[in-house]
Amino acid sequence: MVEYNNASTIGWLSVPIAILAGVLRGSVPFLFVSLGECLTEKSGKINLGLEGSMLLGAVSAYAISFHTGSALVGVLVAILVGLLAGLIHAALVLQPRVNDVAVGIAMIIFSSGMAFFFGKPYIQPKAAQISPLNCGAWSHNPQIKSALSLSPLLFVGIVLAIAMHWFFSSTSWGMLIRAVGENPVGSRAMGIPVNAFRFWCILSGSGLAAIGGANLTLFYPGSWIERISSGQGLVAVALVIFARWQPINCLYASLFFGGAQALGPALQAAGVSSYYYLFNAAPYILTLLIMVATCSRSGTLAYMPESLGKDE
Amino acid sequence: MSSRFSLSRRIVLRGILAAGSLGLVKAVSGCSPTNLAGNAERDLVVGFIYVGPKDDYGYNQAHAVGAAALSKIDGIKVVEEASVPETTAVVETMRNMIEQDKATLLFPTSFGYYDPHILKLAKEYPDVQFLHCGGLYQNGHPTNVGSYFGYIDEAQYVAGIVAAHASKTGKLGFIAAKPIPQVLRNINSYTLGARSVRPDVTNQVIFTGNWSEPVKEAEAMNSLADVGVDGVTCHVDSPKIIMELAEKRGINCSGYHTDQSALAPKGYLTGAEWDWSSVYQAYVNDIQAGKSLANGSIPHLYRGGLGDKFVKISPFGPNVTADAKKDAEAALQKLLTGELVIYSGEMKDNTGRIVIKKGASLKQRDLALEKMDWLVAGVKGSTKV
Amino acid sequence: MDLNQAVDRIERFLLPLLSIGLALILFGLFCVCQGLNPLDVYASIYRAAFGRWSSFQNTLLRAAPLMLCSLCTILPAQTGLIVIGNEGALVIGALSATCVGMLVYGFAPFFAQLLMVFAGCLGGGLWIGLLGLLRAKRGVNETISGLLLNYVAIALLNFFVEGPIRDPASLNNPASFPLADSHLLGNLPGMRVHFGIIVGFVACLLSTWLIYRTPLGFSARVTGGNYRAAQIVGLSVNRLMIIFSIFGGAAAGLAGMIEVAAVHGRANDDLVAGYGYGGVLVAFVARQNPLVAIFVSVLVGGILASGGILQRVHDLPDSTVLIFQGLVFLCVLWSDSFYGKLNSLVPHFIHGSCHEIFNSSCAPEDISHG
Repeated sequence: MVEYNNASTIGWLSVPIAILAGVLRGSVPFLFVSLGECLTEKSGKINLGLEGSMLLGAVSAYAISFHTGSALVGVLVAILVGLLAGLIHAALVLQPRVNDVAVGIAMIIFSSGMAFFFGKPYIQPKAAQISPLNCGAWSHNPQIKSALSLSPLLFVGIVLAIAMHWFFSSTSWGMLIRAVGENPVGSRAMGIPVNAFRFWCILSGSGLAAIGGANLTLFYPGSWIERISSGQGLVAVALVIFARWQPINCLYASLFFGGAQALGPALQAAGVSSYYYLFNAAPYILTLLIMVATCSRSGTLAYMPESLGKDE
Repeated sequence: MSSRFSLSRRIVLRGILAAGSLGLVKAVSGCSPTNLAGNAERDLVVGFIYVGPKDDYGYNQAHAVGAAALSKIDGIKVVEEASVPETTAVVETMRNMIEQDKATLLFPTSFGYYDPHILKLAKEYPDVQFLHCGGLYQNGHPTNVGSYFGYIDEAQYVAGIVAAHASKTGKLGFIAAKPIPQVLRNINSYTLGARSVRPDVTNQVIFTGNWSEPVKEAEAMNSLADVGVDGVTCHVDSPKIIMELAEKRGINCSGYHTDQSALAPKGYLTGAEWDWSSVYQAYVNDIQAGKSLANGSIPHLYRGGLGDKFVKISPFGPNVTADAKKDAEAALQKLLTGELVIYSGEMKDNTGRIVIKKGASLKQRDLALEKMDWLVAGVKGSTKV
Repeated sequence: MDLNQAVDRIERFLLPLLSIGLALILFGLFCVCQGLNPLDVYASIYRAAFGRWSSFQNTLLRAAPLMLCSLCTILPAQTGLIVIGNEGALVIGALSATCVGMLVYGFAPFFAQLLMVFAGCLGGGLWIGLLGLLRAKRGVNETISGLLLNYVAIALLNFFVEGPIRDPASLNNPASFPLADSHLLGNLPGMRVHFGIIVGFVACLLSTWLIYRTPLGFSARVTGGNYRAAQIVGLSVNRLMIIFSIFGGAAAGLAGMIEVAAVHGRANDDLVAGYGYGGVLVAFVARQNPLVAIFVSVLVGGILASGGILQRVHDLPDSTVLIFQGLVFLCVLWSDSFYGKLNSLVPHFIHGSCHEIFNSSCAPEDISHG
């Protein structure tokens, strides 16, 4: 329910709370896209096209939620649309000699074209939104209430990150996927259906990215316009590296990137208003520095699936 | 090396076949696509060019609404192209409209289209008239070029009055794209309007860096709400996100460019809107009557504010009290008669520097205002990047 | 030539043609679903891209930066690197050229232009050279680092253009100080197309010569084909990676300089126009061959040039050209997997035993483009 009291502040605490709020809000798309990319890359394939999957998920969730009145149905349909986009990507990339990076970029172009095209009629209308979980109901302060008004998808994402961690470390399917990613030639020799595993990983990864997109249009910012995603899908690819292909780290990294996104405006509101472009570049520079610091001279990145980037 | 030879044949063949396959298609299809209803010979073909999508609930939509009003007039055919960036792409678009669609009147609606793009192209097509939105015409520019703009900051002044009345915390907020003069003028007018009824009101400004940054705009909106702001407006291409979020956070909002009251049914106070339909109809009427830019019968620089119907304020929303309405309407009247000059001084900026001396006043059309680079006292924020 | 080679050659004509045809069919289906006659749509696209001299010039204008940016991917790809940092290199090249242009404001045109070219190439070259260095010395994945550096480059551009080099007169569209008029690259005589198209054309030709006709190029291709083998043979693979990265970056930086000197006349955020990523795709569609890239650039330029007419005449939104572009790229990329298959269709009994040996292959250039 919308309240019309004054939004009061609690003094100096307002900046950290604003950042916390930004972290909790902004991390959800990054979380899902990075988990999706992580899953895909564990099997040895890189999917740069998740930006497109995210946009498709965003527009289809909004459109279906508008037509059916149910945000949940919107999210479910978004997953299906994401799976479809993943299907196209997988069908191309699993053929011999087709280059992952090029297909990914081409998919971004194609998917964003489709998303914008079919999204035209949905810019004006308002779709049913996901109801927030009011974790801040205990407080009387509107700022805390708003900061802790969380997307249910955030919790889904956290559970998913933990589940993926357990999946990859303790289940046989997870181990098989890792084997496929580390040594596809050997896996094939052992009779593991490498392509089948990669196929499902790419599809699922794209479906997850679509959930991230659905959160953008059905929760925060909660509206559909063409520039709703500003490269978050591509950045998630870097995020996975930052997280060393560990799902739990993907969670932390998403929180970090989400917070970094909120930092600029929060600081301006608090009175610090210079150098905002350089601020915006900070997460990328940091990721690059981490990559440089953690790479070894022998040419491999610790924890990286061996076959990533190779055509095997 | 044999592969080199075969590659060159492949190239040639591929190039020819690609171009040829499209050409074959053209021959087969036969008809030429300029087919719409209306006699192409007699109709005045008017071309509209937008820098973003037509339905952005903001700047471009305001122009598109004006264009739609034109297309209803008999004898006018409107062609539109959207999302044309402010680069040589617009030159190409204008040229295509002139050559392919036979347009003789063009409305390139974005600020950055003027210099150098329109100026260069106008010389090449002296029989085509170019009416640019931005108010940039100067003496010496080609005679078939005109520029129009609205003093929407007058409407923001009135919106500021309403916002100040409705604010309980005395803190207002403004989300802006870039610290350029037109934007700064809006920020300052809003603040001055607010302070004319409540001298201690403050206006926190946040710059997002670009005209369309939904995620940053959303974050800015939340940050403003977090520091206690309870009346917000903006100057970005599409205020949709900001209005919707303001409604979610329970904060009053004023719109910009077009009427966004549908997005914030409870919290929408009023808004500063363009009223391009009347401007465009005035132009077209003149042209159909035989006037033109070249012979001076249509002014090269056509600007106006509330009085000339270039801009208007949105209908008042539910949270606007009777007192607020009274003050707003009084200010509106004074602006219409010219009695109220927003920028008169002594006026200091928010660093304490005097920017308008005592006794001096900068009227609506004063060119000094077009170079504004300061934020008036009462605004929290800085123009430095 | 034997039947195998003949079939291979036929395949090389047929496959690109078939894939473009497939893209046309798929897009046609899309048009039908929107209630339009696909033939009309294609006629319009042709009209806007190649139909008249004026339209073709529009196409060429868009093709010029694509040619140069594609080299930024093609050249490092010879050594096996996959670079997508072209956008960043273009921006840095443009920024460097602008800064130098501002410094040499009063100099003679030829000298000034030369300095700007040098600055653009240096800026872009160092940017991508950094990527190559990180990859060679530290094993950092060049695709990801290129992506990250793109964002950094754009942030730097915005910072400079709105800060230190900002022209106070460029009030409402922040831009750098303008270059001197005499320093701007002119158009080709009688055309609206600037010299950039010649530069792009020549650069692609030079690259073709470099890659296929020089020992340096040969060493690079060996490195790209088989890294370990190249090391064993004694090639200084690291140095090759860095050198070709610098060359690629220089090409993209040159594209940036041309955008500033021939198109905009100053630096502002209009420079970030997507030519970088377009160049990546052109490179892949051209299968990393600079000569083919010339034609692919023209084709893609044509598609991009037709966006306007789709909006104005057929009332299709601007995103339609993205769909068309995406379909063309996806179909052509898919066709890569079919090379070599035509041969396997030809019945065995027609050939001699040498067919057994060459059965599953790969024309020679496939080795380096895995």
